[in-house]
Amino acid sequence: MADGDIPEDANEHCPGTQSESAGKSDACEGCPNQEACATAPKGPDPDLVVIAERMANVKHKILVLSGKGGVGKSTFSAQLSFALAAMNLQIGLLDIDICGPSIPKMLGLEGQEIHQSNLGWSPVYVDDNLGVMSIGFMLPDPDEAVIWRGPRKNGLIKNFLKEVYWNELDFLVVDAPPGTSDEHISIVQCLGATGIDGAIIVTTPQQVSLIDVRKEINFCKKVGVKVLGVVENMSGLCQPLMDFKFMRTTETGEHIDVSERVREYLKEKAPELQNLIACSEVFDSSSGGAEKMCREMEVPFLGKVPLDPQLCKAAEEGRSCFIDKKCQVSAPALKIIIEKMIENNGFSSMLVDSA
Amino acid sequence: MLGLEGQDIRQSNFGWSPVYVDSNLGVLSIGFMLPDPDEAVIWRGPRKKGLIKNFLKEVYWNELDFLVVDSPPGTSDEHISIVQCLGATGMDGAIIVTTPQQVSLIDVRKEINFCKKVGVKVLGVVENMSGLSQPVMDFKFVRMTETGEHIDVSEWVREYFKEKAPELQDLIACSEVFDSSSGGAEKMCREMGVPFLGKVPLDPQICKAAEEGRSCFIDQKCGVGAPALKIIIEKLIENNEFSRVLLNNAYAS
Repeated sequence: MADGDIPEDANEHCPGTQSESAGKSDACEGCPNQEACATAPKGPDPDLVVIAERMANVKHKILVLSGKGGVGKSTFSAQLSFALAAMNLQIGLLDIDICGPSIPKMLGLEGQEIHQSNLGWSPVYVDDNLGVMSIGFMLPDPDEAVIWRGPRKNGLIKNFLKEVYWNELDFLVVDAPPGTSDEHISIVQCLGATGIDGAIIVTTPQQVSLIDVRKEINFCKKVGVKVLGVVENMSGLCQPLMDFKFMRTTETGEHIDVSERVREYLKEKAPELQNLIACSEVFDSSSGGAEKMCREMEVPFLGKVPLDPQLCKAAEEGRSCFIDKKCQVSAPALKIIIEKMIENNGFSSMLVDSA
Repeated sequence: MLGLEGQDIRQSNFGWSPVYVDSNLGVLSIGFMLPDPDEAVIWRGPRKKGLIKNFLKEVYWNELDFLVVDSPPGTSDEHISIVQCLGATGMDGAIIVTTPQQVSLIDVRKEINFCKKVGVKVLGVVENMSGLSQPVMDFKFVRMTETGEHIDVSEWVREYFKEKAPELQDLIACSEVFDSSSGGAEKMCREMGVPFLGKVPLDPQICKAAEEGRSCFIDQKCGVGAPALKIIIEKLIENNEFSRVLLNNAYAS
């Protein structure tokens, strides 16, 4: 079980705060937590009962994790939610990144508020079938830092799970912050009893990111969450050649913009080069990238998503990347990944039902 | 990133010894304490706080001109702890690293407000991954067929440039990658009244140097990223009058 059960200042051989002998065993003598442990109620957490009721009509739960920040996890969670909603499924997206809640912006819901009904807190709806919950909706000032220690973050996550009225959902997608700490332990402890289908881990190709993905995979193994697969994001840049800027470096090391001239030149002398796509790996993946790591760790590799400036734009503007043809490099890649995830886990039957 | 994987922390009678890259660059990290680097560290806040405190209490740094503290993203236990523990001894300030996207800038504003709230001066903001700049000849070239397939035509394009347009060969191609039409970090810094230190482009060579635990300043490989970083660091030193430290050291040696 996660080490969170043993307080930092506990005696050696601490039986764990949730154990039946907590506060009462020989090992507890003199421990600063002894009285608290001895008098705390044991047995099933009543909150878990409430959470189980809320989750009764939620068919599937998927966690989206990452080892590092800035790898595109929230972008992936948002686009995954858009994609599933477009299949006529009922989707809930829960953002448990308390310090950096990106989800409201990525769904085009900035400035919205949470309404309460007699059934509980209402998610904020993008469409009838895509509801979102995030601390982002609760901040009076979006620039205000949320400077909370772990216990307070855990409290909010528990509240989200107890209070939000999702109604019936085909999928609840949970976007977590990077790492393996309070938020992750809490969501697994609170949702685990009601069944988590698994976790998707988002990474970038660099070795330093993969080191952290291995830790995330081992976190999942340790807490009993199935790894549905790993997504390698920012996997190279592919962009139409004509969308680049061209610079010449002078002897003094300055850069001069020669884009206009280059475009003219290509138009006149080499028109067939105009519709080429130029690709750069950006993050060296010569050590095999996420795909090789997945083979070694025996988890599914779902696929690669290239760096696509159009995908970034869609994220900034809170749009689905699948609706128009703008994200011509990334949308097809994401589609393949999501379809693979659905196929691998037997979710396809749900789509047939919805149709 | 410092080329110290697999190293251990040693103890002396002075305390825990940092792991040294060079005689004047010592490093400490929980990374040196993990028997298995793939093992997840699944700790709640209080335990993380305990380790941070131990680092500050037990490590023997000897004399330092600068202590650089690399923290995780966010504004939570680790950040509160480091400010509470180090604050009394005086912190010169914080550098905040971001990328150009609006979603990143939203969180930078929060970091800036965190610093203001806890009384840490913002030394400046660095906009990283600020566009990709790479020699044209280092790209792969692909043609898309009607069926949506990609065909690699790189060889052909290189031959073509060599024969018909040799002067295009030493151009640098740049892509913004992350849209910064809303003004990026520079504009946000003006609005928030904090210094903007500069931009670092996405440089595949910097990534390589990081992977291999090398300084990007030693050779000429990081042709785009290293000069940018150099300008930023010099600006940081200048703005905060750290130049005196450099002068003293120059005389001392």
